[in-house]
Amino acid sequence: MLFSLGLLGVILRRNLLVIYMSLELMLNAANLALVSFSRFNNKLDGQVLVFFIITVAAAEVAVGLALIVALYRKRQSAHVEDLTSMKL
Amino acid sequence: MKYENLPWLILFLPLLSAAVITLFTLRSKTVSSLISIVAVVAGFVMSCIFVQANGFHLPVGHDETSINWLTIGNLSVDFGLKLDALSMMMLFVVTGVGGLIHIYSYGYMHEDESMARFFAKLSLFTFSMLGIVLANNFLMMFIFWELVGVSSYLLIGFWFEKPSAGDAAKKAFITNRLGDFGFLAGILVVWGLLDSLNFGVLQTGIAAGTLTLGASATLAGLLIFCGAMGKSAQFPLHVWLPDAMEGPTPVSALIHAATMVAAGVYMLCRTLFLFNAESLHVIAYIGGFTALLAALMAVQQNDIKRIIAYSTLSQLGYMVMTVGLNGPTPAMFHLTTHAFFKALLFLAAGSVIIGMHHEQDIWQMGNLRKKMPVTFLTFTIGTLALCGVPPFSGFYSKDAILAQALAQKSYLLFGVGVFVAALTTFYTFRLFFVVFMGKEKSKAAAHAHESPLVMTLPLIALAVFSFAGGFIGIVNNYGSQLSHNHEMLSVWQQAVEPLSNKPAMFCGLGAVVIGFLLAQSLYGNAATDPLPAKLGVLATWMRDKFYFDEFYEATFIRAHDFLAAVADWIDRWILEGAIIGAIRGGTDLSGRALRLAQTGNLQTYAFLFMLGVALLLYFVLGK
Repeated sequence: MLFSLGLLGVILRRNLLVIYMSLELMLNAANLALVSFSRFNNKLDGQVLVFFIITVAAAEVAVGLALIVALYRKRQSAHVEDLTSMKL
Repeated sequence: MKYENLPWLILFLPLLSAAVITLFTLRSKTVSSLISIVAVVAGFVMSCIFVQANGFHLPVGHDETSINWLTIGNLSVDFGLKLDALSMMMLFVVTGVGGLIHIYSYGYMHEDESMARFFAKLSLFTFSMLGIVLANNFLMMFIFWELVGVSSYLLIGFWFEKPSAGDAAKKAFITNRLGDFGFLAGILVVWGLLDSLNFGVLQTGIAAGTLTLGASATLAGLLIFCGAMGKSAQFPLHVWLPDAMEGPTPVSALIHAATMVAAGVYMLCRTLFLFNAESLHVIAYIGGFTALLAALMAVQQNDIKRIIAYSTLSQLGYMVMTVGLNGPTPAMFHLTTHAFFKALLFLAAGSVIIGMHHEQDIWQMGNLRKKMPVTFLTFTIGTLALCGVPPFSGFYSKDAILAQALAQKSYLLFGVGVFVAALTTFYTFRLFFVVFMGKEKSKAAAHAHESPLVMTLPLIALAVFSFAGGFIGIVNNYGSQLSHNHEMLSVWQQAVEPLSNKPAMFCGLGAVVIGFLLAQSLYGNAATDPLPAKLGVLATWMRDKFYFDEFYEATFIRAHDFLAAVADWIDRWILEGAIIGAIRGGTDLSGRALRLAQTGNLQTYAFLFMLGVALLLYFVLGK
């Protein structure tokens, strides 16, 4: 449910920051699922993986936010419709 | 064999000279020409040393020096030199006459900007010609055969800024290619049936009967003759030679009189053992017909070089006819004497052209005997030799040819020979009277001047040989190799040899006298040409070369253009339009269609990505 909300957010929202937050939502949905299954199965593997994901997510946020700020400075906009310069 | 390496040196020196000139000394006229002259004169000296040490007749089996060049399956091709009397005499002709022409060119081309380039090409030609002369197998001969064609192309088109020179060069090259194609096919037939390309192996094999061409003998003979037909400009491939006069005059003398056009005759004599009676018959009649046709055309030409060119054609016809009459000795004899006096005539004509400031129309000349005494004297000797006046060299070789025709009981060709001899005398003396006698017909003729010593000395040297060529042993050297029962003749015996066949001699002399009297009565003091009025249409036909060029233009070239147009249409519309167009259009179309999917919008990609994952999950898990 949480994952689907994140996915819809990524696909439908226009603002890059909101899309970014939705992405985090999807990651956390995965975390939640991992923890639940770990608890359900009485194994700790899933919880170990969650730590990894949190670490990677933190690094990713740092890089991603930096990219968004750089883009905003260059384009004065954070809307995805304006970022189609890769199209011919 | 003593000095075994000398022939290799003779062969490769001119190539070296061509390479050095092209790579290093293109800037300096003098150095380049000296390199080229030294290369060919050194070749002559080395030929003398070699013959001095070995004599003309090396023992059979020791008359070749070769290295294995390539082996494919059971075919092994040598790169080898054949050193018998035939090739050694030709060696003298090429390096000797060629050397004199090189020296002459130094004077003739002195004012030309690209003299160095000229000498580089001249050296390349000398190399190729020596290659033909010395080759000991068909393949090697063919390669040098083509090289000669290329260097001839380069030299005819030397003044490439003139469109006519470029056209003439292309015409010569393409016409030669036609003949060469036949030659190549002939070589393949010989190789396919006899499994060898070496002249010596073939000759002994055929003589011993172990190698036979069987039913294909006529075919092979005629195909090989095609090569000679192209190079020696025999009917119907004779059209290129007169146009080749667009090249510088020394080139005309060297290539289109003394050596290259003689290569065809030389090749026929070298490979005579391959020909059977039928193919020799065809060769004889083609030769005779060419001799007659070219002599008729020469009568009505007005360009000094073209007259001599048609005369060359006619004399080549003589030689080919003689080969066809199974007389290689008279043919090679005439080839050698012809090389002397025709090179002399061309060089003298070149001297006249320089003296007249590049005027070539004989009706603008006249009375040049006072202005250019040396040229006049040497030209006279050349004329007398060409006509066959005793005791000049041409008399002996022409008499040998007529005697051969009589000995073979070929009375028609004998008649043609005598008639052509009369025509030869007629047109040569027409040229002689109009250019050197009579009154000056233009201001340029009145202000003509003699050429420098560097040009007149080669003229004098050639004149000596044109005079004495008949009895200095040339016929002995050829005869001892080519004829079965040749007796060695002393100088005196050679000098009176024509007397042994009186009918031939008197017919030949009668023809000369008739031709001379006719020419004198018509042109002795003429200011314009009286012949067109007397002969009417025939004269026009002669002047326009019997419309061969127009005929070829209307048939072969038209047909060729049509074929080319069809090929062009197929290429343009079917290959390029339909096939290539369909492929290109299809790619283009699918590219355009696929581009629609690339919106550049991040969210569309994310959506498609998700859709893909969903589909994948459905396929993997859903079922």
